[in-house]
Amino acid sequence: MSAISQALAGVKVVEFGAYAAGPHIGKMLATFGATVVHIESHQRPDGFRTEYPPYKDGRPGKDRSGCFAIFNDSKYDVTLDLKTPAGIEVARRLTAWADIVIENMRPDVMSRLGLGYEAAKELNAGVVMISSCNMGQTGPRAQTPGFGSQLSALAGFCGLTGDPDGPPMLLYGPYIDFIASTLGATAVLAALDRQRRTGNGAWIDLAQYESGLLFVAGALLDYHTSGRIAERANNADPGAAPHDAYQCGGGTWLALSCWSDDEFARLAQTLRRPELADDPRFSTIAARKANGVELDAIIASCLVTQDAGDVAARLQAARVHAYPVNTIADLFRDPQLAYRRIWRRRLHGEIGDVACYFSAFDLSATPGDVTGAAPRLGEDNALVSRDFLGISEQEYAALEEQGAFA
Amino acid sequence: MLEAYRVLDLSDRTGWLAGRLLADLGADVIKVEGPGADIDGPDWQAYNVNKRLLRLDLAAPGGHADFERLVAGVDFLVESASPEERARIFDPARLRELNPGLIHVSVTPFGTSGPRADWLASDLEMMAAGGAMSLAGEPDDVPKRVTVPQSHCWAGAQAAVGALTALLYRTATGEGQHVDVSGQAAVILALSHAPAFWDLEGIVPTRAGAFVTGRSIKGARYRAFWPCADGYLNFVLYGGPAGRRTNAQLVAWMRERGAELGALADIDWKRFDPRLATQQDVDALEGPIAQFFLGLKKSEFLEQASRREMLGYPVSTMRDIAEDPQLEAREFWHDLTTPGGEPQRHCGSFAIIDGNRQPLAHPPGTAVDVRTLLAEFGADRIRSAPETAHERQTV
Repeated sequence: MSAISQALAGVKVVEFGAYAAGPHIGKMLATFGATVVHIESHQRPDGFRTEYPPYKDGRPGKDRSGCFAIFNDSKYDVTLDLKTPAGIEVARRLTAWADIVIENMRPDVMSRLGLGYEAAKELNAGVVMISSCNMGQTGPRAQTPGFGSQLSALAGFCGLTGDPDGPPMLLYGPYIDFIASTLGATAVLAALDRQRRTGNGAWIDLAQYESGLLFVAGALLDYHTSGRIAERANNADPGAAPHDAYQCGGGTWLALSCWSDDEFARLAQTLRRPELADDPRFSTIAARKANGVELDAIIASCLVTQDAGDVAARLQAARVHAYPVNTIADLFRDPQLAYRRIWRRRLHGEIGDVACYFSAFDLSATPGDVTGAAPRLGEDNALVSRDFLGISEQEYAALEEQGAFA
Repeated sequence: MLEAYRVLDLSDRTGWLAGRLLADLGADVIKVEGPGADIDGPDWQAYNVNKRLLRLDLAAPGGHADFERLVAGVDFLVESASPEERARIFDPARLRELNPGLIHVSVTPFGTSGPRADWLASDLEMMAAGGAMSLAGEPDDVPKRVTVPQSHCWAGAQAAVGALTALLYRTATGEGQHVDVSGQAAVILALSHAPAFWDLEGIVPTRAGAFVTGRSIKGARYRAFWPCADGYLNFVLYGGPAGRRTNAQLVAWMRERGAELGALADIDWKRFDPRLATQQDVDALEGPIAQFFLGLKKSEFLEQASRREMLGYPVSTMRDIAEDPQLEAREFWHDLTTPGGEPQRHCGSFAIIDGNRQPLAHPPGTAVDVRTLLAEFGADRIRSAPETAHERQTV
């Protein structure tokens, strides 16, 4: 790892967390140079290693999980049995070593282990700790367990997706977890900057639920102010017509929208139906909305045999909003994402060649990188103990004997 | 925590959330809008609360010079300009000359360079480009977006992470830099682990619709959304320890209520394996649950599921969220009065730090003028360009 040119060089992070919401914070920091140690145990590996596909070649295995790999690249991995005093001892030393402690256990679990913020502060006065859970550390439902996929329903997202006359829609995975991790990263970085300037640490109580609500803040304000309840509306938008996805040839889909009458005229021209722009059914946005079913049918008939990528390029050349609906496979061949080097292939200890997500932002002076594929379970027990914590070989053997690294 | 810093926010909605997050973390954020820009919509108000508003016409005589003097006095500049505007107003070399410590954040649909950097995209196209639409909606129907735009928030939130990553470097070295955010790349975060299916197994994940598929080797699908007395519930028959506890608690609850149990009456959840169930098995289990849920209100389900530590939540509307006692107990909402005298209830700061949720400092649209700002910034921090006659008229 090149330490000098990285924004977060020298920043030390330990994660007592699993699945998405905690580890994704560490992943973002690791990408820009932080040293991140992910803690799990052989008895209880990170659930993303064991509970969900995909696995390399479809064969399950603790070190074969794509789900774990995608949120844990560029990190070190240590197994600690937190049920043993020796395991707790190593966890305490990591807490003393770290600038940032990330945890996403249920409230009170860290305190019961003697690793809560009060204990951490004793070990390390300037430590920044983030506790991220479903509902936050306080309140009547603080102890409610939950999956991010279902929390995405409680926070309004599923109910706002789909046909107004049909059921709500799933958003694939634990959508809200990644909102929480992103907002959590901003809080952690702000606290760390203050620590660097003043020496003061911080404890950040982040409710994944509340973080998610920031992504529907306008709709919530609208309800509080006017009583209007936002509803799912397929792909409609009050400001544009057309505004939808249309099926093209070869199973491809094209998203397109027109935000002015001039833009619609350019669309009509590009689709070789210039007369539509002057047709009273379609000449104003109000008319296009009123006659949306007819308009959609005409657009669909123009596109059904064409390739979505070709049409998007022609529409963009004419200054019309359009993009193919990228499938997951398309994300690996999209020219803009390729230009930004979003996927960086690294060698994983068991999976072999694996695509790692880089970052949504580029930094001009400190560019960051994926420094390595995700670690195998407990891969760095010895290295972290020796190089980061200064544990002697003799003491390491004793800790191991006492079950610390099980 | 960021009280020491100033932010000049010239972004459009692609970047609004970035400034809001920095403001909620304590920074002094100045939202710049053109003289005629509409600020009355709920989205503008929700994402520009806690910022002060400066009306500035960058095209007017003196406007650009004012902008450059302000740049000299701030720590962050956030913008979402088109490539032409960026070359004219936000040229990184020029900004660096004005303020070498400046963290210049560009938040745009595709980033500031690359083959599609100048492509147009609203929320719909960004959600399509980032892959999110391919995963929402019924599998054989039109790909869907979330009706309330999301991509701007994904972009803006990542912009805040980038800005603060750059800040740590500046605190260490004094050096500013350019942060270039791609909305398309930010949306990929919403896809969870879906990309790994393609990378590891060559499988293209598809839209999940309203059912959970792919869990049973016999092809059974599990219901995720259930009609109830006043809307929908989100509940899935899971396996695993948490799933077993949930299922057993549900049956106990149904029993207490004297509900018809059908196939649930004598099921051993320890032996229930969602991977091995046929559609017939699943239908037999889901039938009585569906009947039971039809008689429940969302609030009742939420209360009981929480008390019984069951997995599952109601599908909330904005009203349900507004009335949620958990948010009330954590003092999540923040009440403000706008400059026009209108009361508003906003989402408060997103985190509780050291036991406090920092109050929002400014209602949306709190006006400030250039002269006041420059005075606040202090003469020592101003490295202004020479004044022109035009400028003296307007400043």
